[in-house]
Amino acid sequence: MNNSFLQRFLSLIRTNSGLVILLLVALPLSALSADFITVNNLLTVALQTSMIAIAAIGMTFALITGGVDLSVGSVAALTGALAAGLSTRAGLETYPAILLALFAAVLVGALNGAMIAWGRIPPFVATLASMAAVRGLTLVYTQGRPISGLDEQFTFWATNISGIPVPLFVLLFVAIITYVVLHRSVFGNYIFAIGGGEETARLAGISPVRIKLGVYIISALCAGLTGLLLTARLWSAQPNSGIGLELDAIASSVLGGASLMGGAGSVGGALTGTFIIGILANGLNLLEVPSYNQQVIKGLVFIIAVILDYVLKRRLKKV
Amino acid sequence: MVFRRGHSSPIKIIMADQTYRLELKNITKSFPGVLAVQDVTLHAYVGEILALVGENGAGKSTLMNILSGAFSADCGTILLDGQEVKITSPRRAQELGIAMIHQELALIPQMTVAQNIFLGREPLFAAGTLVNIKKMMDDAQDILNQLGLDFAVNALISDLSIAQRQMVEIAKAISTKSRVIILDEPTSALSERESGKLFNLMRSLREQGVTLIYISHRMEEIFALSDRVAVMRDGQLVGVAPTKELTVGTIVQMMVGRELKDFFPKTETQRGCVTLEVQNLRSGARLKDASFTLYKGEIVGLAGLVGSGRTEIARVLFGADKNEGGEIRVDGQSVKIHSPQEAIRHGIGLVTEDRKVQGLFLGQSVRSNASVSLFQRLSRLGFLLYGKIDQWTRGAIQQLNIRASNLEQRAGNLSGGNQQKVVIARWLAVNPKILILDEPTRGIDVSSKAEIHSLISELAAKGVAILMISSELPEILGISDRILVMREGQLTAEFSRAEATQGRIMQAATGQLQNEGLNGS
Ligand SMILES: Nc1ncnc2c1ncn2[C@@H]1O[C@H](COP(=O)(O)OP(=O)(O)OP(=O)(O)O)[C@@H](O)[C@H]1O
Ligand SMILES: [Mg+2]
Repeated sequence: MNNSFLQRFLSLIRTNSGLVILLLVALPLSALSADFITVNNLLTVALQTSMIAIAAIGMTFALITGGVDLSVGSVAALTGALAAGLSTRAGLETYPAILLALFAAVLVGALNGAMIAWGRIPPFVATLASMAAVRGLTLVYTQGRPISGLDEQFTFWATNISGIPVPLFVLLFVAIITYVVLHRSVFGNYIFAIGGGEETARLAGISPVRIKLGVYIISALCAGLTGLLLTARLWSAQPNSGIGLELDAIASSVLGGASLMGGAGSVGGALTGTFIIGILANGLNLLEVPSYNQQVIKGLVFIIAVILDYVLKRRLKKV
Repeated sequence: MVFRRGHSSPIKIIMADQTYRLELKNITKSFPGVLAVQDVTLHAYVGEILALVGENGAGKSTLMNILSGAFSADCGTILLDGQEVKITSPRRAQELGIAMIHQELALIPQMTVAQNIFLGREPLFAAGTLVNIKKMMDDAQDILNQLGLDFAVNALISDLSIAQRQMVEIAKAISTKSRVIILDEPTSALSERESGKLFNLMRSLREQGVTLIYISHRMEEIFALSDRVAVMRDGQLVGVAPTKELTVGTIVQMMVGRELKDFFPKTETQRGCVTLEVQNLRSGARLKDASFTLYKGEIVGLAGLVGSGRTEIARVLFGADKNEGGEIRVDGQSVKIHSPQEAIRHGIGLVTEDRKVQGLFLGQSVRSNASVSLFQRLSRLGFLLYGKIDQWTRGAIQQLNIRASNLEQRAGNLSGGNQQKVVIARWLAVNPKILILDEPTRGIDVSSKAEIHSLISELAAKGVAILMISSELPEILGISDRILVMREGQLTAEFSRAEATQGRIMQAATGQLQNEGLNGS
């Protein structure tokens, strides 16, 4: 009886482990800093994290199949640079430029997917290669210099509407669509299926090739959106933007319950994961913790969160 | 009985009014180094249960995998209801109405029961691509009800027992409403009661005109269930005949190409001193209370329904699960076993029931799999002595009659029964004092089964104490000196060899008087 109560409690924590960690991080911060729980500060956090969150959602798709997409940072930079370059130097209208840039992202994603699905190259290797190549393309296109001079149609995407940052709306839109795709559609079901057992899925009549192709296109598209928002926010495209984005995205997904072994992950998890990291960074800034020390603390929190999740999972199996 | 002669059809028409559902003509399939299926011509009728039997590695699964689109044949043609069909993929097979329950379970552990049942055929909303989750759950529930299964449709597969997973596979296959359903050793993980449910279901599907092809090594089931029996040996079809015209003896003779007398050879054993004493063993909800003693040189059978806690005893004794307060004594010494290493140090070995997940390194060679526990002993200064390892492995392969094309063959490519033998070979290397075998002959053909039984007897004769878990009562009755029975986590009875009967064991295992057997409830 006692046991079953404990079990229910544990499984409640386990299924919402992201939220629990979020609380564990947020509560002490709000006690330590008066500035933490203010509308203004929370909106700042939301703005900063919404961009990473979009990339993290895309990464979650790749992780669920048992793969990974290391090229997201480079794809973000390329998309931003192309959109900025096409709309300023090449004289295109802003929106056609943005669409063309996103199309480039889709192409990179398709290439990743093709290498992985048809070429049977391990995702880590395939996307490591495209991470390098796409970053190189970005540097070639920008000549290594920022591209500025964006018009208002472009920068609008990093402004506020009645106090709420526009990227937050974009994130909401992306989250809803990807939620439906991942958790309600047949395609989403098959993503989980090939992550849980590719051979099993094949025997059930599912084509892993098409699913993987779709997954890497989605991941690249999300990364492209992140790149556009970063560009809008900085009023310029930076050739070095998005470096390290893949690590943030992977960390966020995993914090949110995605498994590197495939088969597990969710859009909600990716969101919570990103917000945990975002809130932690913000809180540490408010507390004026030096940035080198922040790195250490972030690493520790990440490890603790993953261990907690693992221990709970094992505990639950037992009871 | 009709034996295969050249290319002529080996089938004798039993009933003139029956029509062919399926005609396989001259099917051949080779893998590098093996001709797995060789020129097989086989027919199946509308509304029949056709048993497919043969030794481990005879090519049964391969032939059926061709039919279900998982492998493609090198040559040969397939006719379905008179039409020639090209089965190029599992999806194509599904569309044609051919479903297969694979020998090694093909479920996705991180997904729910309902999702697995409808994998690849999810009910959609009228408009298009979104899964109608509610309908999927409801339909799955209907199927579970129909099968009398009581786990939740939204339970994760990873939380189910092996027997429950097997029932999910069965649910998956029948939900396809197929014309042809192939069942590759579906009962190897089930106890008699669950098998009974499955058999009733198969009979009612037969009434509806479904053609069922049924692979099994269990002779009683074949006789209780099938209309005809097809026998394969070394990739060839050696004969097809109505079950009524056959006996166990004739089938086995066709399978092995010679006569085999005793399936459960029982050699007399000398009971030595006490080697393992267990008192009030407890672990989680599955194992509530078990106390028993094992003697040197004695074979103890552990019977019970699937889920009654038998595997749990094995896992606790082997240190794989936590022992919650029970006392374990080895050779009179009280011991604490927290891990498999400690168990092995105390001389306890365990052959697990789930060879694919717990027993084998599927991607590694037969050599590494069989000899891994010898690496320590057969090495010098950290370098493996390959000569000795090969020599030992060859010996084990011969002793257990393992069909492998060479020592380098990947364990994952062996036939199911041969995989199991490799796991047993590994324990032969360790020489344990106490050996626990959990369903050791699951999926093993009759003649190899006899070999494994005599091996177990030999080990006992050398003084090893054996605890053998099995869901097959004839096996338990055949080789045990003493029989323990479990029900709902507790030991409920103990019989000497002389006292034990199927009826008594089933009564102790279910708590009810038993008259339900293979012929259904
Ligand atoms: N993927 C594969 N690659 C190489 N060899 C294979 C492969 N699959 C099967 N074989 C070989 O083909 C032969 C027939 O195997 P199959 O699995 O059809 O036997 P089976 O009759 O089903 O045996 P069991 O009763 O043990 O399940 C065996 O020698 C096996 O080693
Ligand atoms: Mg087989």
